[in-house]
Amino acid sequence: MSSVKERADLALNNDFLRKAVRFTTERLRDGKRKAADDHGNWEEWRERGRQIRLHTIAHLDYYLHRFAEQARANGAHVHFASTGEEAVRIALEIAARKQARSVVKSKSMVSEELHVNRALEEAGVETVETDLGEYIIQLAGEAPSHIIIPAIHKNRYQIAELLSREAGEELPPETSVLAGFVRRKLRAKFLEADIGMTGCNFAIAETGSIVLFENEGNARMVSTVPKTQITFMGMERIIPSWSDLEVMATLLPRSATGQKLTVYMSGITGPRRSADGDGPEEMHIIILDNGRSEQLGDPEFQELLNCIRCGACLNACPVYRHIGGHAYGGTYSGPIGAVLTPALNKNVAEWDDIASASSLCGACYEACPVKIPLHDMLVYLRRRKVEQGYGNKLETAGMKGFAAVTANSKRFHQVLKAGRVLQRLVVRNGEIPAQIGPLKGWNRYRVAPSLANQPFRERWDSLQHELRASVEQTGTGAVAQERMREALLQRAAARPEGNGVPGRTHEVSGDQDGNATVRKEGQTYDG
Amino acid sequence: MERRNQADTITATVTSMAGAADTAKTNIKVSMFATCIGDALYPRIGEAMARLLARLGVSLEFPPGQTCCGQPAFNSGYWEEARRSASTLLEAFADSDFVIGPSGSCIGMIHHYPKLFEHDPVRLKMAEELKAKSYEFTQFLVQVLGVTDLGASFPHKVTYHPSCHGSRLLGIKEEPMALLQNVKGMELIPLPFAEDCCGFGGTFAVKMADISGAMVTEKADHVLETSAEVLTGLDMACLMNIAGQLRHRQQSVRVMHLAELLDEGVSGT
Repeated sequence: MSSVKERADLALNNDFLRKAVRFTTERLRDGKRKAADDHGNWEEWRERGRQIRLHTIAHLDYYLHRFAEQARANGAHVHFASTGEEAVRIALEIAARKQARSVVKSKSMVSEELHVNRALEEAGVETVETDLGEYIIQLAGEAPSHIIIPAIHKNRYQIAELLSREAGEELPPETSVLAGFVRRKLRAKFLEADIGMTGCNFAIAETGSIVLFENEGNARMVSTVPKTQITFMGMERIIPSWSDLEVMATLLPRSATGQKLTVYMSGITGPRRSADGDGPEEMHIIILDNGRSEQLGDPEFQELLNCIRCGACLNACPVYRHIGGHAYGGTYSGPIGAVLTPALNKNVAEWDDIASASSLCGACYEACPVKIPLHDMLVYLRRRKVEQGYGNKLETAGMKGFAAVTANSKRFHQVLKAGRVLQRLVVRNGEIPAQIGPLKGWNRYRVAPSLANQPFRERWDSLQHELRASVEQTGTGAVAQERMREALLQRAAARPEGNGVPGRTHEVSGDQDGNATVRKEGQTYDG
Repeated sequence: MERRNQADTITATVTSMAGAADTAKTNIKVSMFATCIGDALYPRIGEAMARLLARLGVSLEFPPGQTCCGQPAFNSGYWEEARRSASTLLEAFADSDFVIGPSGSCIGMIHHYPKLFEHDPVRLKMAEELKAKSYEFTQFLVQVLGVTDLGASFPHKVTYHPSCHGSRLLGIKEEPMALLQNVKGMELIPLPFAEDCCGFGGTFAVKMADISGAMVTEKADHVLETSAEVLTGLDMACLMNIAGQLRHRQQSVRVMHLAELLDEGVSGT
């Protein structure tokens, strides 16, 4: 498999892609910002959303059990799959039993994770994506490059070209014409499909229902027309109750697209009942683990399961903005993908440098509607790789050198002095322009600064002399002293007795450093 | 508003206190954390900070045992190496009451120390204490000293880049704005896409040089769009990155840490 760098290079040299990604992510993040501002109490709701997710995941065994019981009582078949292969096998068995010839699908990232389309096609079952974006990338033979906008990397000219090929005639690059063509084409597919396949945005434990958010109405067609419905669901999609859905329905569309509500929100509770006007006769819910339960009880990664797949972190990410989704090399892209892909695949040796493709700017955390500290998790991933001996050899040597120098201030000073002498070879007009050694990549885009002739630590004595004298002469210190004394008193008052660790004792603290007690609860999970 | 009033009071009182030298004597220890980049590459930033604080009656100390916060190693996953570097700060600042550094990122790193030393009870305690007493430069000015107007004058067009770690992780957003808005004669031009990362990210800029390059190129584009004469900010690492790209394009925008800008503004040079 190619490296992140190689894939990123492809994207960086593709102006169409970069322009398309910039255009749409800007629109989405502006929309999100406006929706959050208009909402008025965004931060409170965000915290509420986080608490609901923390609680649910800490008690996931209970809620999963309840959900499955309720769904079965509603007449749905519930299957648990511990791996992707198992989930696919279950789906194929259902298709075989139903002698299905065609499947229509609504958008589902879990199904992308399983590569279920490929398996179905290999079994001779025609599989058609019915979300416009998914349909486009299916035609292109690609994977989605964004969690909610699968074809974000394509502009409408490229889309017109793809659809024209499918139509067998030249279609103009106009959204209404292109969407109209797909609509007519898919209508026939809906009517002839044997199985409708959906994902699941939220599963409601109290009633065993699944909830789908969409804008095109295709998920509603998928879940009402075919006689059999198969729903794929990540095991962490659960929320306890319908009242919790209110919070999620407030956070998800606003974070994803800036919409107050998606155009369609469907709650599906079991297969068709005798009085229902439509709906499948048979409903299967396949609940997938595939590495998720590995995160439970892991104090550094359990919060990953809080993700509601809104894509806000992708839209906010300055790296995603430049390289798009395919560069991440997994089903999930952007900051969430950079953490989720390695976390779900525990084999550290095989992780490539995906977690290194981040400047750790924290825009993902700021955008996240449930406040997942992705920027911290990226660092934890890097650390685990190093701890298990898979660190890059050159980097490892460099870091050992770094520590040897910075562990001792005298050595640090000596190195500065030596550097000052050595740099004469490369300094030009006080700068270092040469693309050499570690400055190779840096100076391709920049001119590096040189070491100061006199570091701060050498200037300090004379500076301190000068400044001490002026402070004593003018005697301006009293007010500042008073303010500092106040601050010291406040600090002492804020310190909880005994441990001096503010926030640590809360059930769930908002502490950036992240050691929330709730995660410990996760360790008792035995499912 | 309350902050502004406090600031007016302190400016007034500071002036009227001249001569009452005996009250200035105290045992509050305020230490400068120069940061390794500040120490090795940009000593003028630490100087500017020390001069400004001296004007406000705060005498700094510089514990020479300090080196680097350890962030390059920490962020790359080399925590054992990071601990060795970070330990120099734990020890250098052990008996300080306030630690002030000209970088939201390096101060932000100190906020990671409790996690870094979670399995070392002695250092964990020192880490918690250091975290509680560390301030980014503008945080200290505004939150502790209550100063937002230094009486600076700087008749230039200026744009401001809010560095990610300071603004997002430490929440330093209003403090620099309050200080900038009180600078006389200055035109503050908003930076488009200001909150987007400049692409530095420490070793990221070396390891993912081309992604980082694309990011800093776009950041420099935005700086140039403002037609500002000066770019300022709170983090010399980010500013070094942007300045390097501007120089690479032979652009003459002057890049200054906010401490430098304010110091120049009050000393009239």
